[in-house]
Amino acid sequence: MILAPLIVLVPFAAAVAGLAVGRNRIAAARIAVAGAGITLAVTITTAVAVWAGEPVLDVWATVPTGWLPITVATRADGLGVTLAVMVATVAFAVQVYSTSYMRPEPRYGSFAALVSLFTTAMLLVVLADDLIVLLVGWEVMGVCSALLIGQHWERPEARAAAVKAFVVTRLGDVGMLAGILVLADQGGSFRISALQASATASPALSTGLVLLLCGVAGKSAQVPLHVWLPDAMVGPTPVSALIHAATMVAAGVFLVARLHTVFLLSAAALAVLAVIAAVTMVLAALAALAQDDYKRVLAWSTSSQLAYMLGALAVGGYSAGLFHLLSHAAFKALLFLGAGAIAHAVGTTLLSGMGGLRRSMPLTFLVSSLGLAALAALPPLSGFFSKESVLSAAEEAAVHGGPLPPWAAWLVLLAGLLTVLLTAAYATRAWLLAFAGPTRSAAAVAHDPPRAMRIAVVLLAVPTAVLGLLAFAPSLVARMLDPGVSVAADPPGPTIDVLPALLSLLLVGTGALVTCAQWLRRGGRDPALALGDVAPLLTAGLGVDRIYDAVFVRPSRALSRLVVAGDRDVVHAYVRGTGRVVRAFGAVPHAAQAGRVQQYVTAALAFVVVLAAVGAGASR
Amino acid sequence: MRLAFPLAVSALLFSLGVFGVLARRNAVLVLMSVELMLNGVTINLVAFDAWWSDALHGGQVLTLFVITIAAAEVGLGLAIVLLVFRNRATSDLNDLGLLDERAEATEGNGDVTEPGVAR
Amino acid sequence: MNAVELAFALLGAVAVGAGALVVTTNRIVHAALWLAVSLGAVAGMFLLLTAELLAWVQVLIYVGAVVVLVLFALMLTRAPIGPTPSAPAGRLAVAGAVAAGTAVVLLAALLGTLGVERLELSTTTDGAREFGTALFSGWVLPFEVLSVLLLAALVGAIVLSKGRRGEDGR
Repeated sequence: MILAPLIVLVPFAAAVAGLAVGRNRIAAARIAVAGAGITLAVTITTAVAVWAGEPVLDVWATVPTGWLPITVATRADGLGVTLAVMVATVAFAVQVYSTSYMRPEPRYGSFAALVSLFTTAMLLVVLADDLIVLLVGWEVMGVCSALLIGQHWERPEARAAAVKAFVVTRLGDVGMLAGILVLADQGGSFRISALQASATASPALSTGLVLLLCGVAGKSAQVPLHVWLPDAMVGPTPVSALIHAATMVAAGVFLVARLHTVFLLSAAALAVLAVIAAVTMVLAALAALAQDDYKRVLAWSTSSQLAYMLGALAVGGYSAGLFHLLSHAAFKALLFLGAGAIAHAVGTTLLSGMGGLRRSMPLTFLVSSLGLAALAALPPLSGFFSKESVLSAAEEAAVHGGPLPPWAAWLVLLAGLLTVLLTAAYATRAWLLAFAGPTRSAAAVAHDPPRAMRIAVVLLAVPTAVLGLLAFAPSLVARMLDPGVSVAADPPGPTIDVLPALLSLLLVGTGALVTCAQWLRRGGRDPALALGDVAPLLTAGLGVDRIYDAVFVRPSRALSRLVVAGDRDVVHAYVRGTGRVVRAFGAVPHAAQAGRVQQYVTAALAFVVVLAAVGAGASR
Repeated sequence: MRLAFPLAVSALLFSLGVFGVLARRNAVLVLMSVELMLNGVTINLVAFDAWWSDALHGGQVLTLFVITIAAAEVGLGLAIVLLVFRNRATSDLNDLGLLDERAEATEGNGDVTEPGVAR
Repeated sequence: MNAVELAFALLGAVAVGAGALVVTTNRIVHAALWLAVSLGAVAGMFLLLTAELLAWVQVLIYVGAVVVLVLFALMLTRAPIGPTPSAPAGRLAVAGAVAAGTAVVLLAALLGTLGVERLELSTTTDGAREFGTALFSGWVLPFEVLSVLLLAALVGAIVLSKGRRGEDGR
């Protein structure tokens, strides 16, 4: 259907138009919001058509290469359009929010255009049927993300964070490209539909999938390529909400989901994914427990929750993982926009600077509480249902066997349960420090945000609360997430088992209560102080950044200094030496140009005398 | 008399004039040395005229011409020296450096810019 | 050596000696005066070579006009009365070398080829009459051109020393 590429082209046109209007803020805002709105409308229309009908596959062009051709094709199936709806919704909310939040920014026009371009790229990723086309969207997302992180490029930490994000994700993308080429070589085509149909289990397939996981780990901030996400929080809050909570980081999860039928053929790849997910889950949750910056808490939390989704996909819980993706997108974006509202009002994102905001910012308090409760998986919010479905899938795979080795499934299950405890702990901590207790904020006159920001926030609060109800309609979910290809056993909708649900409720309660107890014991100060000497290590992300600095950054810098010195002292010395030699040669006739006339006459006469003498001698 | 006498005197006067042109600092003295050189030439011309004894008396006529031209030349030369003195307040040839091209040549000779590490 | 040769030798010594003083003395005004002496000795040598007209022309123009002109120029350029420093020794050495070279070459060329020839000086010819006849018959065109040259020199000297319009020297 013609609507599918339109979904991609509308935000692209909005991006180009937004860049063309230059400094005209009002026009740029109108173009951005209108573009996002039209995209949302078109996306919902397409989605409804696909949910009710059949998936649609369209080929628009074929690009011949020297090897396998690249097919510009779109694939509007349940998975694609559902995620497209999510992306378009969050993008629309963020564009509306930004018209107010980014008002004092001098470069608002380029910001809005970049967000539109980013939306284009993400929609291209979810709707592409060709791995190379998907890679194009993937890379454009990376570029937009880096540019948007460095929005305030006057600050050195913004520049550093943008470079770090770009370099780390790029590193993952190298592996991903290699993986794509291996898979294409195996399957004989770049097209996803062809790969899904023709894939057979083999070591080469596993190799390709594991290489693909490099890109997934980079984009979705999983160990060991997770280090860029906490630093990316120096970007403006709408950027964090859109890109680093809901959409770009979810692209890694989406890729695994898109190729899930292929992944299911490789137990090795699934085991690798499970290990990555389990380690990231726990590490990120531990780090989130000791951060002072509210946005960094949310960033580490995002890493941890993405690990949940990847863990679910690793154990074969397709619907569970994607269900969690959707609900996480809603509540995490909500939390980020709430953090932006707080920063807008209070002037800081540090938890030590906040306190007692429930009195002065009632709406923000309400929606942030909703979001944090969803994060901590309290019923009846969406977070509870989605997390339960993940744990149920893990238990299913561990106890009854699944597509991956049992030890990996048990690893995911246990890590998941531990993370439930830790998540509840840090969510409660953030809630207490920001909203409860005495008013500690520097700006005592905190207020609820202006109208545009409020609209966006409320818009996202609705799915946070309500999305959980989809758990009671698993077949609808399955329909929505239909990957457009039939498998031997159609993936069931998300299921919820009683035992893991009760266990997790117990853990949630424990985590929250322990945190509250510590908070009360310290009289309203940071409960993380209970961790004592371990706290600084956790704040620094367990020292991974320092390790990378020592192993990669310092040697690179030393090498570059060596190269520059070599260029300057060796190569350039030859250039300078040439100049010096020429100038030295010129010094001799230089002295003869002193302008002393008698010198010239002397030379002329001397020469004449010599000539005459020689001539006279020769003629004798 | 032997022709050697005038020829010797002529050569010596000429050489003395050359020395004066090359070694004297004052511009007027240089002109005077040029006069010495010309006198050496005229002695030579007159001596050879007496030796040839031709009807045209070419040597003596040319000597007259040389004297005339020398007078004209010294007049103009001294006018120029006076003009230079008026402008530069000096007639010392060492101080007149208008033909000195070394000052122009040293401009723009700075070292080539080098690459560096931007921090 | 007969009387003519002796006289010529004496006058030659005076001319060369005065010339040497002209180019070596460090008193500028004395140099101008020694130039007059040298030019006068040259006039004497002309007489001995039976070129009477030229001798008097030499005295009139050179000693009478040129030397006076030089003295005036020295006065107008504020030439110092006392001794002035001479050129650096290096330059003197080089100049002396070139001059010595010139002398050697000239002497060798002239004396080596024509040194033994003899001048037959006739005392009976009317030198002035013959000279005048030759000048105004065979050499009349160059003579006229020479007068034009003198005119040009005259005009040029006036223009040069007049200075710019409105500026009257110092």
